[in-house]
Amino acid sequence: MKRFSISICTLALAALALTGCKKDGDMPANQVGTVDLAFEQTVGTAPLALSTQTYTTPAGDQFKITTFKQYISNIKLTKTDGSVYAVPNSYYLLDAAVPATQELALKDIPVGDYKALTFTVGVDSARNVSGAQTGALDPNNNMFWTWNSGYIYTKLEGTSPQAPKAAGATEGGLVFHIGGFLRPNNTIRTVTLPFPTGTNLLIRTDHAPEVHLNADVMKMFTGPNTIRFATLSNTMGGANSVLVANNYAAGMFSVEHIHAN
Amino acid sequence: MKPLAAASLALGLAGLLLAGCGLSDVPVPEPPVPGTSLPANFPAPVYALDANPPNAAAFALGRSLFYDARLSRDGSVSCGSCHQQFVAFANAGHRLSHGVANRLGTRNAPALQNLRWKSEFFWDGGPKNLETLPLAPLTNPLEMDETLPHLLAKLNADPDYTRRFVQVYGPGPINSYQFLRALAQFTAALTSASSRYDQVARGEHGAVLSAAEQRGRVLVAQQCASCHATDLFSDESYRNNGLDATFGADSGRAHITARAADVGRFKVPSLRNVALTAPYMHDGRFATLEQVLAHYDHGVVASPTLDAALRPAGGPLGIPLTAAEQADIISFLKTLTDDAFVHDQRLAEQP
Repeated sequence: MKRFSISICTLALAALALTGCKKDGDMPANQVGTVDLAFEQTVGTAPLALSTQTYTTPAGDQFKITTFKQYISNIKLTKTDGSVYAVPNSYYLLDAAVPATQELALKDIPVGDYKALTFTVGVDSARNVSGAQTGALDPNNNMFWTWNSGYIYTKLEGTSPQAPKAAGATEGGLVFHIGGFLRPNNTIRTVTLPFPTGTNLLIRTDHAPEVHLNADVMKMFTGPNTIRFATLSNTMGGANSVLVANNYAAGMFSVEHIHAN
Repeated sequence: MKPLAAASLALGLAGLLLAGCGLSDVPVPEPPVPGTSLPANFPAPVYALDANPPNAAAFALGRSLFYDARLSRDGSVSCGSCHQQFVAFANAGHRLSHGVANRLGTRNAPALQNLRWKSEFFWDGGPKNLETLPLAPLTNPLEMDETLPHLLAKLNADPDYTRRFVQVYGPGPINSYQFLRALAQFTAALTSASSRYDQVARGEHGAVLSAAEQRGRVLVAQQCASCHATDLFSDESYRNNGLDATFGADSGRAHITARAADVGRFKVPSLRNVALTAPYMHDGRFATLEQVLAHYDHGVVASPTLDAALRPAGGPLGIPLTAAEQADIISFLKTLTDDAFVHDQRLAEQP
């Protein structure tokens, strides 16, 4: 009796296993490929050069940038049929000083034709308060506020002659630490970028396409809200950070081109 | 057939166990990690047991970290310096606490107890997870004034810590995740639920309250429990309890939210072990429970955000309490003292 029931059990398990294998082999939906997202920052049309280059805002303020770091997370790809694939656990910290951080290698993307890319500029509210983290979200990356839990989503630091400065100094500091997830000062922004007309992103098992993305840092200071460094040179969350977030949500990011590879 | 199968199964399991432990050293059973059972009179915890399953070695590691002054910039201050077990991990006799270089902090160090049940920490609710909370005092210039990279470098340079972290978390350098998870093993274990009040509430050991304590219990339920709610004795809200007319020195919750409506509001502290945790309030202004109750009776000051519970319609501000009522309340509050908690050797600094 006992032996008999074991045999049935074994058979059932084997059947289950076989069903699983068959499904895997036959379903094209289970085929996956890769795509690289290659980010680059410009300031207006000029490439971002840390510490050396002086830029001028459309309003006429001069500035240099010494640090630029930004979280890109919750990446989603939209197929031409409108279905959406969310890349699991996608959290990346771009650092303009470390080129390797700007190449996001996305793996295990279902094969298909995709027409748009969506991502969060920053970190979703849940992960802001999820405790100890590793990788991009490690608080050791110096992008975590300890006294008011949450990540700095975009960190721009630099100098400007227009910013308030110490007596005798020619320049003052720029500290734009954009973060916060509590209303009314939530600065989490989500950006959707359709791929250029006629150029879908084709994910295939035998291709490694690259999407080249540009982030125009100047857009932090221009757009819906004109930022003048004489009046706003230092923000660490709060209402002034919302002004900057609304600016960059309105056009900081663009798809430059796609390499099919 | 059946007995034989059972026997071989048993042998197999025994073999596995032996293989796991090594034949030579017979493991000494670890004492149970404190705080692993959830009190019947408490609500469901925020930081669930399975969020960071209690483990004796990880708990011991967290305890070592908690009491290690090397976590501060100059090696002068540990977590335990300002959170002392004999006063329920508050800072005995200190209105404000001393950090490195004898720098004085800005708020009264709260008791550390039942942290597993809290979703927001500090007087203003800034830190929002038990695991990342310690980063605030560790990096605050007035407290431990250390950086996380430097702290991790110090831990990684210590052979004892590296050995113990590898034992718990596997090979590789100690990272912030391991450090914070280990520390949370200790802080999450600080459950205080063995006061005489708890024994009465749970019907244990035939515990009873005296007549005065019982009168105090009723008064607290009537007059205090709208804020000091549940058997955790706090509703975890932020309220302005009428300490001052303006809050220029410390805006409280508004420091986090930047909202005018939150100016002067501070986290409602638990009443557990309150007889041990003097001085009281966010700035430690009251030295005794008598002063605290006198404040609620006749010391409440009006301000735009004063809590509604302290503005009774048609009456004076505050909560009117006769001298006898105040004495009864204090009798009851003393039943919330948890001697087992403050004397639990497992929570103490180890020799």
